[in-house]
Amino acid sequence: MTQPAQSPELARLPEFEKAVLRVRSLSLWYGESQALKEISLDVPERKITALIGPSGCGKSTLLRCINRMHDLIDGVRVEGQLYFHDRSIFDPDVDVFALRRRIGMVFQKSNPFPKSIFENVAYGCRIHGLGARAELDEIVEKSLLNAGLWDEVKDRLRESALSLSGGQQQRLCIARAIAVEPEVILLDEPCSALDPIATQRIEELMRGLADRYTIVIVTHNMQQAARVSDYTAFMYLGRVIEFGETGELFVKPRVRATEDYIRGKFG
Amino acid sequence: MISLTAGALAANLLLIGGLIALVAANGLGHFWQADIASLALSDGTTALGEIVDREADTDEQGRARERLRVAVGNRDLGGSDYRWIDAAQIAGETWPRDAAVLEREEWGKFYGFPVEIRRSGQVIADGSEAIWAALPGLLRAKRVERAGKIDALRTEIRELNREIESSRRRGRDVAELQVRYEDAAAALSARAAELVSDELVVRTADGREQAVPLAHIVRAVRANALGTTGKLGLYASRLWEFLTGDPRESNTEGGIFPAIFGTVLMVMLTSLAVAPLGVLTALYLREYARQGLLVRCVRIAVSSLAGVPSIVFGVFGLGFFVYLVGGTIDSLFFADRLPTPTFGTGGILWASLTLALLTVPVVVVATEEGLAAVPRVVREGSLALGATKFETLWRVVLPAALPGVLTGLILAMARAAGEVAPLMIVGMVKLAPSLPLDGEFPFLHLERKFMHLGFHIYDVGFQSPNVEAVRSLVFATALLLILVVLSTNLTAILVRNHLRRKYAGSAI
Repeated sequence: MTQPAQSPELARLPEFEKAVLRVRSLSLWYGESQALKEISLDVPERKITALIGPSGCGKSTLLRCINRMHDLIDGVRVEGQLYFHDRSIFDPDVDVFALRRRIGMVFQKSNPFPKSIFENVAYGCRIHGLGARAELDEIVEKSLLNAGLWDEVKDRLRESALSLSGGQQQRLCIARAIAVEPEVILLDEPCSALDPIATQRIEELMRGLADRYTIVIVTHNMQQAARVSDYTAFMYLGRVIEFGETGELFVKPRVRATEDYIRGKFG
Repeated sequence: MISLTAGALAANLLLIGGLIALVAANGLGHFWQADIASLALSDGTTALGEIVDREADTDEQGRARERLRVAVGNRDLGGSDYRWIDAAQIAGETWPRDAAVLEREEWGKFYGFPVEIRRSGQVIADGSEAIWAALPGLLRAKRVERAGKIDALRTEIRELNREIESSRRRGRDVAELQVRYEDAAAALSARAAELVSDELVVRTADGREQAVPLAHIVRAVRANALGTTGKLGLYASRLWEFLTGDPRESNTEGGIFPAIFGTVLMVMLTSLAVAPLGVLTALYLREYARQGLLVRCVRIAVSSLAGVPSIVFGVFGLGFFVYLVGGTIDSLFFADRLPTPTFGTGGILWASLTLALLTVPVVVVATEEGLAAVPRVVREGSLALGATKFETLWRVVLPAALPGVLTGLILAMARAAGEVAPLMIVGMVKLAPSLPLDGEFPFLHLERKFMHLGFHIYDVGFQSPNVEAVRSLVFATALLLILVVLSTNLTAILVRNHLRRKYAGSAI
């Protein structure tokens, strides 16, 4: 394994006993424009790591890199490394479909499939051939329980997922993601389209899930980052400006730009 | 502006409503039995028949006159089914209770007064009451007898014929089969002679007597003695015959079931062919192909395909499917039957495939639109779970686009059902000896020729020797074609709406 050159930020990065994801000098270009610049970052196991920063700072791009969703966009070029455990996810012989099963993702806009509630949750298992027909019922029930949706939908599993409310749809997407037993869950502004009560439910859910999963969340809402996350990275213009424990970063940021951003001076 | 758009809509509705009303009004009268009038004319003769039409016009001197169109039947005696009679020539008009109309297997209707029923020359019923008491039972018995004996013999002869043909092809001796065939044929003509031994003697209006074999009578009706209920019953019986019976008298009488069946089966086969072809093409164009100049050109080409005159597709179908593909199939698999073509001639399969090509642009365009309407985030949701592109398309995108696909298919089916021109050269016929689907292995005979309602309308309306007699029949058939197209579409629309409801709230 080649160790990338230490950048000034990395020197100040917290070290974790068990880091699931390690980003090393990651740069990404959309055509000619560079979206990520030499990013290095470790994501600790079974903690919630929040990525905050103004629009266009590259936080969603970084998130999508983690399960190689950037592959879907034409004209993308990456340099640097991103290790999942000890393996670089950019290795040509990495099975990207298996990788995405282990690193699940929930999107900004809830995106249930036009299928029944049951089929939405069972979808990943069917794709990966996990679980026999009998086990599938169990997996679906467990996933919906963990996503805090079971009591609301247990009597209408065969109904269309599109008949659920926005907040329920987003929790369904979380249930769908955890049904395939991932290790990491990536959440891309999961509450930006929800009302405060639905947002609160999702935040409670995230805290509960952190016991079992490593969570990375991109959010625009600084209160949310402060409330739910264990670690926070502040990104600006494609770089990680500051990364540390959430309590510390919000109370006494070390960098001026971080302070300006969380005090609301720009963003 | 609103009144302009509303006016356009109203004009459209009026046109559609008017069209259906006109066709229905003209067509539905076809099965109604009018009273039979006996008209005493000033030249001393009598005309017996149904008054179909009254028309006012002017004669050579410019004086107004009224003319009556009377259906007089008796084509075998008088030569024409209709007569124009000047109203001024009519001296008296009566509605004789005993006047009867006979619907015959051949020669059309016969109007007259029944005199007696004979069996092998002996009178077995005489006088109006006795005749009408005996006639229904005798007619029913004849029908049963015919179904039991003649039809069985006909089937046997057909099978023997086929056996002889195939034995001959294999070079076997056919002498024994030939003997059996001749026996059956002799039995058939004997039975046929037996069947015509019962006759109904009818006197025409001008006093001539004509013997009509009972076996040739489809229906005998004493029209003036029927009440409204009786006439309604007759109407229903004729309508039923029209929908379920085989045609007679070069399609101008009897039913049109083979044409209904051919049309529906052909539309079904067409949609079976066009759905996968169109959907796969659209999937490639929208989801896999690199969007560029080439794909744009292909898209334009596919859309312009919809504008190519349909007869051109017919010519293509003849050249490509019938001669090339069919000819190759024949030379590979049916070489022993050549030079008699099996697939190398028009048939329902080639007709369906030709129509599939004709309608594929509609399906491609509708499917592409359906696919484009599936949101990107839904695809990403599937991909983020580790699904491949194919799994995503097959399990998420295509089901979501299904209502759009079905819309295209509905349009394609409607177009296919109404298309006639290209079919004339790839397998549609005026009269098909057997349905393309029957109890004989392999049940669906894709190589067979078939009948079609559209062609039936053209053939009966414009190619028949007796255009006056079939005018209302043409309208009835047209009405039926409209109903067939409507009901096929309605079924497809119901299926689509069911799917839409199932995924209620979807943006698609």
